[in-house]
Amino acid sequence: MNWMPFSQDVISVILLSLQVSTIAIMIGVLIGIPFGSFLGLYTFPGKRLLTAVIYTLMGLPPVLIGVVVYLLLSKHGPLGSLQWLFTPQAMMVAQTILVTPIIIGLSMAAVQAKEQTYLETIKSLGATPVQTVWTIIKESRKGIWAGVATAYGRAISEVGAVMLVGGNIEGHTRVMTTAIILETRMGNFDAALQLGAVLLFISFILNNLLVMGILADFRSRRRRES
Amino acid sequence: MPDLQLQDILVKPGKKEILRLEQLTLKESEIYAIVGPSGSGKSTFLKVINLLVKPVQGKMHFFGQELSLPHLSGSSRLMVQREMAFVAQKPVMFQTTVFENVAMGLRYRGIDRPTIQKRVDEALEQVGLLESAGQAAHTLSGGEAQRVALARALVLQPKLLLLDEPTSNLDPKNVSIFEQVTRNIHQTFQTTILIVTHHLHQARRLASHCLFIHEGKLVEMADTDSFFQTPKAEDLKAFLSGQMVY
Repeated sequence: MNWMPFSQDVISVILLSLQVSTIAIMIGVLIGIPFGSFLGLYTFPGKRLLTAVIYTLMGLPPVLIGVVVYLLLSKHGPLGSLQWLFTPQAMMVAQTILVTPIIIGLSMAAVQAKEQTYLETIKSLGATPVQTVWTIIKESRKGIWAGVATAYGRAISEVGAVMLVGGNIEGHTRVMTTAIILETRMGNFDAALQLGAVLLFISFILNNLLVMGILADFRSRRRRES
Repeated sequence: MPDLQLQDILVKPGKKEILRLEQLTLKESEIYAIVGPSGSGKSTFLKVINLLVKPVQGKMHFFGQELSLPHLSGSSRLMVQREMAFVAQKPVMFQTTVFENVAMGLRYRGIDRPTIQKRVDEALEQVGLLESAGQAAHTLSGGEAQRVALARALVLQPKLLLLDEPTSNLDPKNVSIFEQVTRNIHQTFQTTILIVTHHLHQARRLASHCLFIHEGKLVEMADTDSFFQTPKAEDLKAFLSGQMVY
């Protein structure tokens, strides 16, 4: 492989990493934010157990996810007919399983952090249950965004699951983390460190966006207090 | 059929009874003040009417509709809630502009844009905040925020307006503006208004009738003059003279 900075190989690995993690996050957001907000807003029998399960899943080891997805997608597994094993789709499935509980759990916490008076005000204005959830999501967006950024960071930096279900195939399923492992094993520490720097840079950009959101909130609070 | 009637209401979230009302009838287009010591169930009373608190038993007749409060369907709840407006002691300002805060209830109802623009502008003009329409709502002062909350209620043109200690955190100027707008709403739309207040002078200034709630029970209800001049219940006499111990 050509590991010169911005070579075609490096760019394709970076793009595949971003593609896999971004699609996994988008699916996680579509499932996780409404579900987490619903859990944060409403009480029902079994909620405590469900919450405990979600918190447990937030700490799922990526390797375990990798094994489960591998078995599901393997030739004789229940989803073997899809023929997704060792494809980017399999990596997306694994990362979606990894990030969705994080987005659910942190969205739930962000919504629960809103005072009861928010919910009462929204209901008293005549909102339907769907309008209520949507308004609360908008009001809790900073906390929810922090959850999404956390999940993105975990997805793009994990290695166990994508290695198992993707196979680290050059030009096909090789992403930044699996490339770092490969180069380290081969003794190419420069290339491994370069890719590590790119990973850090992406993490910096994501967290910078988050910090900008927090700063905007801080400034508006200062204005309110003055 | 009375305009608003509550029957056999019992709010008991745990072992303790928070509110018990045998029968209460309120007339249309009147202003009622609800007074009583802190923690006596006044806010719960308003929230029961606004369907924010579910009693374990009780019925409500609401402008011709009979509602069994513990077994209310989602659609009935929504239909009745959309006939009322509620202003809390500490107003919630959503993280958007003043205009959007006031428009929120209308948007939930699917009202068309030109009507929203017209009604929000009128409401903001009434509370003296038309020039602040584009301002971020969470940057407003407490008094301004409470006026926005009133505009948010006013714009819905409700049959019933519920005010829960709306002026307890306001300075005299904002109290005066708030009371004037409340009177305007009452005169313009003939809205029935229920206001919980700790300020007895405010109850006298605004209300045609007063209710005294103590320890979760309605102790006395009378027209405002009789309520203050010839109170019957000993607890009310003690409350009005400032000698009630609680």
